Amino acid sequence: MSKNENTSKRHMGIKAANRLSNGFIYALLVIISVIWLIPFVFILLQSFRVESTNQVGYVIPRQWGLQNYKNLWTSDFKRWYLNTFIISLASAVLVTVIQLCMSYTLSRFRFKLRGPLMRFMLILGMFPGMLTMIILYRVLADLGLTQANAVPGLILVGFASSGMGYYVSKGFFDTIPKSLDEAARVDGATRLQVLYKIILPLAKPIVIYTILTAFMGPWGDYVFARYVAFGTSAGYNVAVGMYSWLTNDQINNWYTTFCAGGVIVAVPVTILFLCLQKYYVEGVTGGAVKG
Amino acid sequence: MMKQYSDLEYLRLSKWQKFLYKIVSFFCAIPRAIGHFFKNIGGYIKKAALAVVGEFRDIGVTFVHGDWKTKVSYLVMGFGNIARGQILRGLLFLLFEIVFIVYMIVAGGHWMAMLPSLGKQGPTQDYNAVLDQYTTTYHDNSFKILLYGVLTIFFIVAFIYTWRLNVKQNKLMEQIIKKGGKLKSDREDLRSMVDENFYKTLLALPLTGILVFTVLPIVFMILVAFTNYDGAHNGFSNNLFTWVGLDNFNTLFSWKSAGGGQSYSATFGEILAWTLMWAFLATFTNYFLGMFVAMMINKKGIHLKKMWRTILVMTVAIPQFISLLYVSKMFARNGLINLTLGPQGLGWFKQPLPFWEDATWARVTVILINVWIGIPYLMLITTGILMNIPADLYESAKIDGANAWQQYTKITLPYMLFITGPYLLTSFTGNMNNFNVIYLLTGGAPTNPKASGAAGSVGYTDLLITWLFKITTGAESQYYLASVVGIMVFVVVALISLVVYNVLPSIKNEEDFQ
Repeated sequence: MSKNENTSKRHMGIKAANRLSNGFIYALLVIISVIWLIPFVFILLQSFRVESTNQVGYVIPRQWGLQNYKNLWTSDFKRWYLNTFIISLASAVLVTVIQLCMSYTLSRFRFKLRGPLMRFMLILGMFPGMLTMIILYRVLADLGLTQANAVPGLILVGFASSGMGYYVSKGFFDTIPKSLDEAARVDGATRLQVLYKIILPLAKPIVIYTILTAFMGPWGDYVFARYVAFGTSAGYNVAVGMYSWLTNDQINNWYTTFCAGGVIVAVPVTILFLCLQKYYVEGVTGGAVKG
Repeated sequence: MMKQYSDLEYLRLSKWQKFLYKIVSFFCAIPRAIGHFFKNIGGYIKKAALAVVGEFRDIGVTFVHGDWKTKVSYLVMGFGNIARGQILRGLLFLLFEIVFIVYMIVAGGHWMAMLPSLGKQGPTQDYNAVLDQYTTTYHDNSFKILLYGVLTIFFIVAFIYTWRLNVKQNKLMEQIIKKGGKLKSDREDLRSMVDENFYKTLLALPLTGILVFTVLPIVFMILVAFTNYDGAHNGFSNNLFTWVGLDNFNTLFSWKSAGGGQSYSATFGEILAWTLMWAFLATFTNYFLGMFVAMMINKKGIHLKKMWRTILVMTVAIPQFISLLYVSKMFARNGLINLTLGPQGLGWFKQPLPFWEDATWARVTVILINVWIGIPYLMLITTGILMNIPADLYESAKIDGANAWQQYTKITLPYMLFITGPYLLTSFTGNMNNFNVIYLLTGGAPTNPKASGAAGSVGYTDLLITWLFKITTGAESQYYLASVVGIMVFVVVALISLVVYNVLPSIKNEEDFQ
């Protein structure tokens, strides 16, 4: 019986307590994971249900089949999917260019109107964006870019004011030391050369983050897409189109087809996201810390 | 009036007292600030007047002392540049002047003249003798008048600015030449666009986009708040709309009963209260639960960290309209939960649960589902920050005998709040305008019967932003009211941001990061 044994006993106690609390945490994490995954598993299962098309009180289909996926093929879904894909692709390119121009400039240049400009955009951002839709819809209608031609209209509106969302990437550019720029400038490089020879290679994570968010944004865009398409199915994106399947008078015919559509929409985006998750995390963390 | 603390007294306060003191003193300072403003208003006016006079004097002096090239430039913009060899700049000035003059003659003058009335004659039914029937003839278009009127004002301001720039440049050029300096050649000008003036090149496109697609619409919509623009006065095909002054603000803030229901101000107050409550609850439930989950996954001895994170991140990856719509139907009266667990299924409860039919149920459910959507973001954000907290802080706390809860409240939480303070603010205002979650889950339901007289079928879970959307989409489409609501959203968000910015400790100098 010595002091030594006592301490080791206490160690054992701490270890046991630790194991207990770890066990508790594992249990909690499993429960959380189940809650998080259950709706997605349900969507997947119900997309294979063929005996009925409405909501039912069980999850595992009694009859399995691909009828719902075939329904997608014969409905307007193809068109919606294509629309969404085109918008996403275009905005991934255009939004990225605009946002990088904006954030790089505000991070690197000190010009007279920089402060007022940033304050002005902060104030602009406090107006609900939805307010501008009414007029943008009418303007697009005058240009003939609504309803069946909604795709170019949505691309235009989506990228035109995307410069307002410069915060995250500016925060990233701020972390690249300015001394790099200055060294290159001393060596006689122009600002343009500094940008594409020095900054851009270093900014790869934020470029990927911007492309990813710009690409994923239009997949979930509902409000403005609905405004611009204005009841014309050919101009819908997936969100607007699939929303119309779940209205009270449609849901009993389309519920399982919605599930199938959900799978088709979610799978590519989710795979893309999970592959680029690292960059996404870097972006959101940086953005949150720098405000 | 509240007690003013001296510095020493202030330092002795506890953290919460300091926080409260800051908030209270902010509000107490408002009357003084306003008083200050009015006291100094004479000074401001004088300053502004002096600045304007200074500009005019400079314009006059430049004209009197300038040579003939400068003098001609007052009428023909860019002449001085061209005559002194800066062809490119001069041509741009000249082009802008020509475009401006042509535009004003062809269209701008017309729009400006119509702006005060927003159109004189609406569509008329005229007898067409050839077709032997009445046909509609469209005359003025209030919408276009307002839109192009605003655009023309922008254009005029831009022209005045450019003209002044043109005068300034002439003065500058004369000074340089007098000193025997050399003017920049066109080549040098072009080169500077990718060098010291590179920022102008980079900003040109983004700022034009923001000007046309954000600033112009917002100015337009603010003006709409002072008109009667709605579905029945759409400005071209049925009736023109016109200026109505502050009538719409009076409508929103009137205490009179609206269409048999409660007054507009009561409806507005209810929605605003729920919006603020929702934003508060949504922000802080996500914040603390997200931090909690992140701490669990980060804990030493927990394996498969990456897997847990990936599972949670699924709700970020999958487009919200799929997950939210699906979950919304799951909780519906005849949805999966009621069918499996309710009277028709396992019989856990006798009546189907009124997730979306009862106001309180709906509000609680919305917040819970928002936790499902929101925790992963917070987990991602907090994970990185948590790992940055120096480990020796915890070590020394342990040696001092602090338990886990004390470590959390004394180390983790203050650190997190300090770092993520600005994020909490943006997240709060973002939640106030969180259209997606509310609209896709409930669409505002259940309907609030007391507010039946108000536009846009108000529901108990409606936020200001979803109400705004509903007002503009119904058959009546009261755009003017939507515009007033939008302005109110701005006022609330701006006020909250102002208060928080004055209270937060972590608004640091941005240069600190570089």
